[in-house]
Amino acid sequence: MATDLQTAHQIDDTGIELDERTLLEMYWQMVRARRLDERVWVLHRQGKIAFHISGIGHEGIQVGAAYAMRRGHDYASLYYRDLAFSLSMGSTPLDFMLAVFGKAGEPTSGSRQMPSHWSSRELGMLTSSSPVGTQVPQAAGAALACKMRGDDRVVLVTLGEGSTSEGDFYEGLNWAGVHRLPMVCLVQNNIYAISVPMHLQMAVPNVADRAPMFGIAGAIVDGNDVLASYRVMQEAIARARGGEGATLVEAKTYRPVPHSSDDDDRTYRTRDEVEEWKLRDPILRFQGYLRERGLLDEETAQEIEQRVREEVDHAHATAEAAPYPPPEDTMFSVFAPDDIA
Amino acid sequence: MATNVIMPQMGESVVEGTVGRWLKQEGDPVNEYEPLLEVETDKVTSEVTASAGGTLLKIYIGEGETVPAGTVLAVIGQPDEQVADAAPPAAAEHHAPVSESMAEQVAEQMPQAEPVRAEERTVRDGMPHVTPVVARMAAEHNIDVRQVRGTGRGGRVTKKDILAYLESGAPQTAEADLPPWEQPGSGDLFKPTDDLYKKPAASAEPALPAPADHTHKAPPAPGKSGELVPLSTMRRRIAEHMVRSKLQTAPHVTTVFEADLHRVVQHRTAHKADFAARGVNLTFTAYFAAATAEALRRHPMVNSEWTDEGILLKPEINLGIATALDEGLIVPVVKRADELSLIGLARQINDLAGRARQNALQPDEVQGGTFTITNHGVAGSLFATPIINQPQTGILGVGAIQKRVVVLDDDAIAVRPMVYLTLTFDHRVLDGASADWFMAEVVKLLEGWE
Amino acid sequence: MAEITLIEALRQAMDEEMERDDRVFITGEDVGQRGGVFRATQGLFEKYGAERVIDSPLAELSIVAVGIGAALVGMRPICEIQFADYIFPAFNQIVNEAAMVYYRTGGDWHVPMVIRAPYGGGIGGGLYHSQSVETFFAHQPGLKIVIPSNPYDAKGILKSAVRDPNPVMIFEPKKGYRLIKGDVPPDDYTVPIGPAAVTREGTDLTIYAYGMMHYYVLQAAEAVARQDGISCEVVDVRTLVPLDRETVLASFKKTGKALIVYEASRFLGYGAEIAALLSDEAFEYMDGPIRRLTGPDRPGVPFAHTMQDFYMPNPDTIADAIRELAAY
Repeated sequence: MATDLQTAHQIDDTGIELDERTLLEMYWQMVRARRLDERVWVLHRQGKIAFHISGIGHEGIQVGAAYAMRRGHDYASLYYRDLAFSLSMGSTPLDFMLAVFGKAGEPTSGSRQMPSHWSSRELGMLTSSSPVGTQVPQAAGAALACKMRGDDRVVLVTLGEGSTSEGDFYEGLNWAGVHRLPMVCLVQNNIYAISVPMHLQMAVPNVADRAPMFGIAGAIVDGNDVLASYRVMQEAIARARGGEGATLVEAKTYRPVPHSSDDDDRTYRTRDEVEEWKLRDPILRFQGYLRERGLLDEETAQEIEQRVREEVDHAHATAEAAPYPPPEDTMFSVFAPDDIA
Repeated sequence: MATNVIMPQMGESVVEGTVGRWLKQEGDPVNEYEPLLEVETDKVTSEVTASAGGTLLKIYIGEGETVPAGTVLAVIGQPDEQVADAAPPAAAEHHAPVSESMAEQVAEQMPQAEPVRAEERTVRDGMPHVTPVVARMAAEHNIDVRQVRGTGRGGRVTKKDILAYLESGAPQTAEADLPPWEQPGSGDLFKPTDDLYKKPAASAEPALPAPADHTHKAPPAPGKSGELVPLSTMRRRIAEHMVRSKLQTAPHVTTVFEADLHRVVQHRTAHKADFAARGVNLTFTAYFAAATAEALRRHPMVNSEWTDEGILLKPEINLGIATALDEGLIVPVVKRADELSLIGLARQINDLAGRARQNALQPDEVQGGTFTITNHGVAGSLFATPIINQPQTGILGVGAIQKRVVVLDDDAIAVRPMVYLTLTFDHRVLDGASADWFMAEVVKLLEGWE
Repeated sequence: MAEITLIEALRQAMDEEMERDDRVFITGEDVGQRGGVFRATQGLFEKYGAERVIDSPLAELSIVAVGIGAALVGMRPICEIQFADYIFPAFNQIVNEAAMVYYRTGGDWHVPMVIRAPYGGGIGGGLYHSQSVETFFAHQPGLKIVIPSNPYDAKGILKSAVRDPNPVMIFEPKKGYRLIKGDVPPDDYTVPIGPAAVTREGTDLTIYAYGMMHYYVLQAAEAVARQDGISCEVVDVRTLVPLDRETVLASFKKTGKALIVYEASRFLGYGAEIAALLSDEAFEYMDGPIRRLTGPDRPGVPFAHTMQDFYMPNPDTIADAIRELAAY
């Protein structure tokens, strides 16, 4: 899967019409997600938290996709690696820290769920669970509702390439095709489903090759190129919003870290492969692009790092000091009251 | 002696039968085992045979009449015997051995006549099986389940049966009227019998100091406040005896048993009226006394006295029955208790207790006791550790009789009248094992009462 | 009042709710043009159009999951599974998703959807058209489960289900679709989800049942009243989750004996929970063993009518069970 180092560094900004402020903001989002993620790894190795499932390496496609949607208007159904996506949509490092520590006040579930189960009605982030793939047909249902109401909303749903083997994926995209649903299904293909590589997961070289099967559009993009990702997603979203139906977008990316804090990736891949992909790190590539355009000097870069550092430190300290949920929270009601909005 | 002819129970769920054909007429001679009449139910017809020989003196139930199982149909006896003109109420038990079929019959409750009699049921262990709701309702309303007619499977008393019983206004078993002997007095500790009378007793006890006059109010001990109650003679004697008995003479050990009195209760209920007709109030104490006397007969080491030369086994069983008085306790003695029948024991106990309360006992009636029973349960005490009445070897404490839910051998739940029995014994004379064997004997006699 | 069949009552409920609330839509296999294989949705496609009465792909998982997604963002879907026997591909979506959403989001999201499925045997359907599946779902907290036994309840409770902000599963006794008739009032009425109904008062014993079995139980209760003088109290459970513990316990405290009838296989069937509840919380009122009359422990109702009749409880076997318990 190696491409030469020349192209590996490039950012394809064809057709991109984002202003400087937005570009820098996107860069900041990527750095913020990365540093937060790295801090949580540290916490786990220090034995302070129980579990972490990382999004390191996926910042390009996630920030690109989040900025391509109409945040606060469109819906997104995310999967567990979508830390950068979730932060870009409006969640905070403190939210995430509360989740990894399992503290009271954790906004998505009151710490009833494991961390990285994104959810926020206010932000338009549909609730998510651990069984993978279930979100695809649910997203189709949400898209169906949007179409029925004619409210010009689009529903994004993300998942890993391994999850596309679940029946849910097929059934959901089948609906999307039959009913021309305003939906974009984004598969973040990082080659490994925990330890299982692509060639054992599917007999086709690209997930997007399956799009015609559903009667929907397909697209492939370099997921480590944040601007290319932005463009491809923007096109797919526009198609959906315009009534032209769904797109299956496959973002090629890589997971330079183990699947989760419990995984040992030395058992299934070589260090050489990991090192090679690190050279194509989405933040490094975007950083290089911004420097070349004179949009990011050393001082600004340090400023951003410092700002991020402070935010991460603050979130960490606040969460660590926060109380645990009272045991009675176990008995939170399972039924919504009749008068719920 | 007249013998009743009883309507049998023909099947497990059959509670009545119809007199078919009388095979003998009044005045006919009858041999034992000879067929007397045919009895029909909707399931089966069978013959009832005579359980004794003699003359068929009287027929009470005519052909074609349907009566509950247990009804007296006729009576057999000697030609010149007087018998009732009307059928007597069905009796459940006789002291004389009854035939097999009689013993296994289930008698149904007779129409109301005071007093209500206990009936047997065809359950293996003799006590009915009760479900939780029946047990609860019976306890709540103080109902003896055996008084209730059962219409459930196997004659089981059901919830409906209890409700019907309550609706019919049937009397709920109450504690029988207590004879004076069983009524609590205001004193507690007992008084040594020999100390009540100033004449020295012919016993091996060391002489006690003469009673001093302590009727004037003694000044309070310096530095202590509160009212001082003067010591009566009896109180002083009791105190001296208790200290001497427990702290200076015998090492006291108490062992606790419990006894299931349902057979005793059954027997008493069955015979109370009979005894009353003969002028005797049949109390529970008579049973305890009878069982104790018999057990002492079988375990002579308990009916004894420690001496330095050896343990003196007493030739007679003279049972002291501790009696509460206003000012303390007195222990009249039933001489040769083991030679008395139940009615004899009951008669003597009542008489002694009555005269004790009137202070009309003769000196020899409070002397010579070889073992003592104390009925501390009358005021509610469950079990106690009484102090030995010197120079005896043991004293039996009888606690309150209480209905409790017990688990039977087959894990069924039953409500039984239970009582705790405690034996305090002189550990110089007896060891735990021998004391327990004696107690086990008492319990066995009570539990297997016939 | 008009006398209608059970299936017509359900159809009317859906029609009236669709009319009343734009957010309501129906999806499932054959619900549109065909009007449903049992005609439960007959006429609705013509009235409301393909947008709101949607013939789904043959894919139970997505019938439910699409319903979940639509419900999350504010619609009120009624999802039909053609036979309860086919609900299992959707099991994960029902039990791990729909049931969990409110709890796992601390109330931020909820799932106002209805899942309908015909259930039960006695129609010659064999192993895969006769199953009772209520127990599998009753075990997962977060799902409401209702099983009506008559047209009045069916219409009223399906309306309540549509209006409920939670996932409600309604299992419809298909044998009774046309067999069970009853009066329904013409106006808009609902039957609340939750309360059980005492459908016959009595004193000797209580019979708990739901669905088709309740229909048979009423017949058996009448028979033993006439023939044996046994006075039965009958409780139509109606809402399996959340169970109306108060009514269930009160009746047992009154009679002291319980017979629970369910056509599903015996082991761990729904009635076992009622038995446990009674012995746990009304032990002192017990006057006899708590009995269940059920299907046998076999995975389905066989096709041949002799075996089907062996499997299913019927008014005669129910009457026998009543007599035996009454005699205890």
